[in-house]
This record gives sequence, structure tokens and C-alpha cells, in this order.
Amino acid sequence: MKRNQIINAVLALVFLLFPLAVTSDYYRHLAILALMWVVIGGSWNLLAGYTGQISFGHAIFFGTGAYAAGILADKLGLSAWWGLALGGPAAVLMGLVIGFICFRLRGPYFALATIAAGEICRLIAVNWESMTNGMVGILLIQSFRSKVPYYYLALALAGASLLVFSLVMKSKWGFYFVSIREDQDAAESLGINASLYKNLSLAISAFFTGTAGAFYMNYMAFIDPEVVFSLPYISIMAILVAIIGGVATIWGPAVGAFIMVGIQETFRSAIFGLAPKWVSQSHALVFGLIVIFVILYLANGVVGDWPKIKRLLVRSPKTGDATWLSLKRGKSERPSEG
Amino acid sequence: MTVFLQTLVSGLLIGGIYALIGMGMTLIMGVMGIINLAHGQLMMVAMYITYAAYTFFHLDPYLALFVAMPGLFLLGCAIQKYLLNPLMDVETIIPQNQVLMTVGIAIVLTEIARFIFSSTYLSVRTGYSTKVFFLGGVSFNWPMTIAFLLAVALTVALFWFLLKTDLGRSIRAVAQDKEAAILMGVNSRRITIITYGLGAGLVAAAGCLLIPIFYLFPDIGRPFTTKAFVITILGGMGSTVGAIFGGLTLGIAESLGATYIGMSYKEMVGLIIFLTVLIFLPGGLKRLTKV
Amino acid sequence: MAFFEAREVGKTFGGLKALSDVSFTVNQGEIFGLIGPNGAGKTTIFNLINQFYPMTTGDILFQGKSLRGMKTHRICHLGIGRTFQVVKPLKRLTVLENVMASAFCRVNTFKEARELALETLEFCNLMSEKDKPAKSLPIASRKRLEITRALATRPELLLLDETAAGLNPAELDEAIELILKMRDRGITIIIIEHLMKVIMTISHRIHCINYGRTIAEGTPGEVANNPEVIEAYLGESYA
Repeated sequence: MKRNQIINAVLALVFLLFPLAVTSDYYRHLAILALMWVVIGGSWNLLAGYTGQISFGHAIFFGTGAYAAGILADKLGLSAWWGLALGGPAAVLMGLVIGFICFRLRGPYFALATIAAGEICRLIAVNWESMTNGMVGILLIQSFRSKVPYYYLALALAGASLLVFSLVMKSKWGFYFVSIREDQDAAESLGINASLYKNLSLAISAFFTGTAGAFYMNYMAFIDPEVVFSLPYISIMAILVAIIGGVATIWGPAVGAFIMVGIQETFRSAIFGLAPKWVSQSHALVFGLIVIFVILYLANGVVGDWPKIKRLLVRSPKTGDATWLSLKRGKSERPSEG
Repeated sequence: MTVFLQTLVSGLLIGGIYALIGMGMTLIMGVMGIINLAHGQLMMVAMYITYAAYTFFHLDPYLALFVAMPGLFLLGCAIQKYLLNPLMDVETIIPQNQVLMTVGIAIVLTEIARFIFSSTYLSVRTGYSTKVFFLGGVSFNWPMTIAFLLAVALTVALFWFLLKTDLGRSIRAVAQDKEAAILMGVNSRRITIITYGLGAGLVAAAGCLLIPIFYLFPDIGRPFTTKAFVITILGGMGSTVGAIFGGLTLGIAESLGATYIGMSYKEMVGLIIFLTVLIFLPGGLKRLTKV
Repeated sequence: MAFFEAREVGKTFGGLKALSDVSFTVNQGEIFGLIGPNGAGKTTIFNLINQFYPMTTGDILFQGKSLRGMKTHRICHLGIGRTFQVVKPLKRLTVLENVMASAFCRVNTFKEARELALETLEFCNLMSEKDKPAKSLPIASRKRLEITRALATRPELLLLDETAAGLNPAELDEAIELILKMRDRGITIIIIEHLMKVIMTISHRIHCINYGRTIAEGTPGEVANNPEVIEAYLGESYA
């Protein structure tokens, strides 16, 4: 118990002091991106890993949040911070619409429907030029010149999301989400309003993803439909982040976020400038190869497949503790698959 | 009225080729139960092969059918054998593993193509690319018409294969009930490999047929993958006959959309039809014809 | 007002008439048996009570309240629990978690759910398995888990669908013991069963259907001697 707390405290300290210790804007940028993906990956994980609704369209929420913030600033002149607050709710509304349309479908049909919905959103953003500026995108002026405030904002967002997800999963809602995932019909007959809880899960998931999108709008100061509604680089990336870290765990997506951003950047920068230029062009290819590799060999993620090293004590589940909750990195206490 | 007929005809012609795309995807979906999100990208590969054959060997695209189809067949078999079949043994929380894998494959294929050919828009312009003939005031584009006829021929061949040959029957058996088929001595692993290859071969044919008409670039796979699953849903998952209707319907719908609404909304037409069908008619168009 | 009443219930699937005009009432506290050959429509009746799909005709009333159009989860809250013929454990959860999930139907906090779940596990004699993942259980324990879960929702009426199938004699005795224990607690039970031994010994009354229609109702003795029932199960020559 004490060991856990020490590790957690150290980690917290590291994250809090990071931008003060590391002054390179480049690395700060990477950290900010990674933190953003902690939020998005975790959100996807809530809906898909825990509630079993495998969405291939999380870009919808990200993009909606980003455009909400962007349009408010661009067309109405509101401060981008309004956008940050409203990005989440906007995405939730979108989520409820998507849920209404898609939740009646199960399994692969649901997945397909989310892909279609995501693409429709992208196409609307491209074509509805009066609102979104179409392919030109939205360009704002950044509020802060320094990256440091953005870092802390991202950190706060990531922390809040992790807190909310873990609280939710420890509660009645968490039980209900997992029950729906395991067997929706059985869950219904046990008094679980599957429709309601799927939508709740979706709402929470959409809220955080949308807020991340609004954050992105503020931070990057530029968005366009191809970036924020991207199927491979937002939707699939979210899935990968969660899978590579470990689905249906709280810390999995967090770990996955840093791994994925790390790998992506390694290739985009041609191994930080050490490799020939063409390596940089290959980062998309690497992304695809990662997808293939992870699905084939790492389906349970780093957290899930973490080998039990003798020195890491496996905390035996207290009676009734939700065994899918693994608050310490390195424990594979999730109900085992396979 | 002529405009309408013209639109109808163009839609029909391209619909015939869409049917090939749809049938390939339907076979894969019916037999393996997976949604092949790399379908359009396989077509892209075939198109690049055709382009290369044309540019370096001056091989006519329609003759390139004999190169691209077997080539993609083999590629498809390899993909199924090494990347998709192994997934059937893995059980994880995410049941859509296979779908995700095909996404990865799609990305890899696209990027490899970009690597080799760069993102430049390429085209294959044959001597007859723009030739048309007229029938009752309606113009028929020669390459489209030939493509349509070839598509029909391939469709007939496919049906003959599925209905009359042992292999074809085995495929249908696995599609209907895998367990029962295995009990009857069908090697389902082998069948899945062949089916994926077959699906790839069919979409390769579509690629060859379409290349005189479309510009070729690495990302062309994506809209076609979208079209592929729109067609499959329209026609009813797993129904090859349905895929034909789905293809024709999509072709006509797109054509109507382009003429009467506007070019930029063409891509959305398919998606909206898709969502609508998915929600209200999960069985697809075929369901409407069933008693 | 009858405790539970099925009134001229009919269900048609496409062209197939699965149930026609089935009527029966169940009194509070009794064990009511539902028998009939395979495919007679027994599980369909349960699915209609649970409203997995709507009735085509007729009505089902629980404590005077019509179940028509009600959502399945609401029916659970009303006090009707059910088990499934093909058991549906929440596989990746432990036994305790399975029961906690259903306990949340009646309580709201983690702690209360755990207490209710443990209490129910104790009652059903499953305490020893509580931390095992549900998918690792043998069939007898799975069936018992199925019942335990339904019980944790504190039902007044429990629908048991073939809970005895696949059990060996010792397990069977345990199952019967559990059912009687529940009856003693005041729970009304409707039980679908193929094993005559089980249903004949514990039911107060039995209702027999064949091809979706009622063919007999009465005490076990009456039903067992009914020629139509015998014909349905054993064929005309035995009637």
C-alpha cells in the first residue's frame, strides 16, 4: 500500500514540475499532445473498453468540440475560453444524436455506423463553408505565447478525466457499464436500463473528448476538417492508444498515450534527426504497421500483458473490489480474457 | 427528360462496376463475418499495377485484368492467411479486432503506394478514353460501357463459380454455417483464405475497369472502401445478389445526386443512404423483396 | 386480483404463430410449473413476461398491473426476476461481481450492493465460488449463479427456465433444495422444466402447452394422467 502511494506521489511530482524542468518547447509540445491523448484514449476506453460499444468515430466528438470552440471564436468573436467550456457540452449533444441513431445497432454494425457518422461529419465540415470555412479551416490567435499554461491546462484535463473515469467505474454506473458489455440482454433482465447507461457512458466519453477538441483549437490555434475529423489520426488513434496501453483499465490509455505519441514523433522527426529524411515521410506507414502489430501481438496492451515481476506485489482483490480497477501501473488485475 | 435518362445511364454503367466491388466485399463479409475496411485500398493497389503495366509495358488496362486480378488474389490470400486468420484464435475484450486489422492494412497499403508513386495524381488515358456513342439521344461513354459489359461477364462467371463448382459451394456452405461446413469436411481456414483472395480479385477487376475514368492517387482507396460497405449494407450483408442491386442503386443515386444536388455532395449521398438503411432496413434491399 | 395473470396471450413471429390464447393465473407463494415438448412455446412465454419482445395479442398482468409495452428493466424493478435457459453469466466478472451487478437494482452504494450480494450468495450456497471469474464455473454452478443473480434483485415472482437441465443427481437435489428454500421465503415461482421428477414433486399446479396452445392445467397428478399430455410427450399410442 505504501509503495503504491510513493510511486503515485513521485509521478505526480514529475508531471507537475515537468515544464519547469524541461524548457524546450518541442518536448513541452509533445507532452501536451500526450496529455491530450490521455483524455481522448481514456474517453474511448470508457465507452468501448468498459461499456463494450466499440466506436470507430470518436473524431466526431473531438471535431465537434474543436469546431464549437473555433466557430464561437471565429464567427461570434467570443473568447476561445468560452469554447473550451462549451466544447464538451456541444460534443455531448452530438453524442446523444449519434447514440440515438447508432445504439440500436450492435457489434460490427455499430462500428460501421460510427465510421459513417464520422465521415458525414467530416464532409459537412468540408462543405458547410459559411460556418466552418470549409477546407480553409479556422485560424485563431493564440491566447498565450508560452506553452506552459497550455501544459497545465492539459494536465488538469487529463487528471480530471482520470479521476472521473475511476470514480465512475467504482460506482454503480461502472458495474452497469461492464454488465452491458458482457451481456446486454442479461443486464436488462437484471434491471439495468441498457439504453440509458449506454448513453450516459457516451455522454461522459463525448464530454471529455469534446473538451480535448476545444483545447486543441485553443492550443494549436488552427483546425481544419481533415485534421479534427480524421478517421485514422483521431478515431483510430484513440483506439490504438487505449489498446496499446490496455483496454478496460484506468491507466492503460494513459500509458498508451505516451507510447503512441512517442512512437509517432520518433518517426516524424526521423528519430529526432538522427535518421535520413525519408524516415520522416514514413510515419504514416509506421502508424499502420503499429496497428497491425498491436492487434496481432499486444491485444491486451502494456498494462494488460505486463508480466508479473516478482517484486511488484500483486494486490489481491479485496472482496467486492471491482477487479477491473487497477490503480497502480503494472498490475494486471483485470478480469482475464482469453 | 434526356438529362434524366443520361443520369440514369451513367449511374447504371458505373453501378455495374460498383457491383463488382460490392460482391467482393459481401463474400468476405458473408464467409468471415468481417468488414474489410481495406477493400478500397486493394482496388488502389490493382489500379497502380494497371498503371505500371500501362506505362512501362504499354499493356491495355482491360488486358491488365489478367495481371491485376491474379496478383490481387494472391495478395488477398496472403493477407488473410498471415494477418487475419491468426486473429480468430485470439479472444480479447475488443471483438472488432479483425476490422481494426483491416484498417491497419489499409493504411499500410496506402502509404506504400505513396512511397512508390508519391501523391501525384496519375491517369491512364487510352485512345478510346473519351469516345462516346449515342443511343436515342443518350450518350454512352465507350470505356464505361465496355467496363460495364466486362463487369457483367465477371459477375456471371462468379455466379457460375459459386453455384456450379465444388469450391464455390464450399464457400457458400461456410458462409451459411461455418460449424456445419467444418463437420462436412470443409477446410474453413483454406476457404477463408481463398474467399479473401477472391474478394480482392473482384475489386481488382473493378480497379482495372475504372482506371480509364478516374484519377489515380494513393488516397483513392478510402472513398471506395466507403462505397463498398454502403453497397454491401444496401444489398444486405452476405447476399451477393443483393450486392448487385446495391451497386446499381448506389451508382444511380450518386449520379442523381451529382446532377441534381451538386458534385461536392456526391460522397455524402452514399453515406446518408448507408446510415438510413442501417437503421431502418438492417437486412438491406433484399429484405424488401423477401416475402 | 390475481397475483399474476396471463390473459389470452398470443405471439406471432412473421408467419409463425408461436403462442395462441394461452391463459393462466398464478397465486402468490405457489410454485407453478410450465411444461410441454420442445418448441411448445414455454420460453416464449417467459420472453413475453420479460417483454423481450411485445405480445401480439392478449395481456400479462402482474399484481394487477399490465406489462404490455413495459421495458424489460422496468419489469425487473417491478419484482419479476428470471433466469435464462442458456445461462448468461457476465463472463469476465467474478461471481460476486455478477451478483453485485444485479444487487444494484435495489440498492445504490457499493457497500450496500456488496452486502446484499454476499447475503444472497450465502443463501444460495455459492459463497465458496465468490471470487472466481464466472466463465470458469462448471455448468451446475453457472445455473446456480443465474438463480443467485435473479434473487439479488429481490423478486416477488421468479421465472426459472430449465434450471435442472444438465445437472447430475446430486446437483439436482441441491437445485430442488434451493427452489424450495426460495418458496419458503415467500417467493412465487414459475418454473419451466423438462425433468418430470423435478416439476412433479415441487409444483403446486402445472400448466401444459403444446404447439403454442394450452392442453392441460391442474395438479401434478391431474396433468400426469391427462391423455393429451401423454400424447404430446410420448405419442398417440401411449395416450
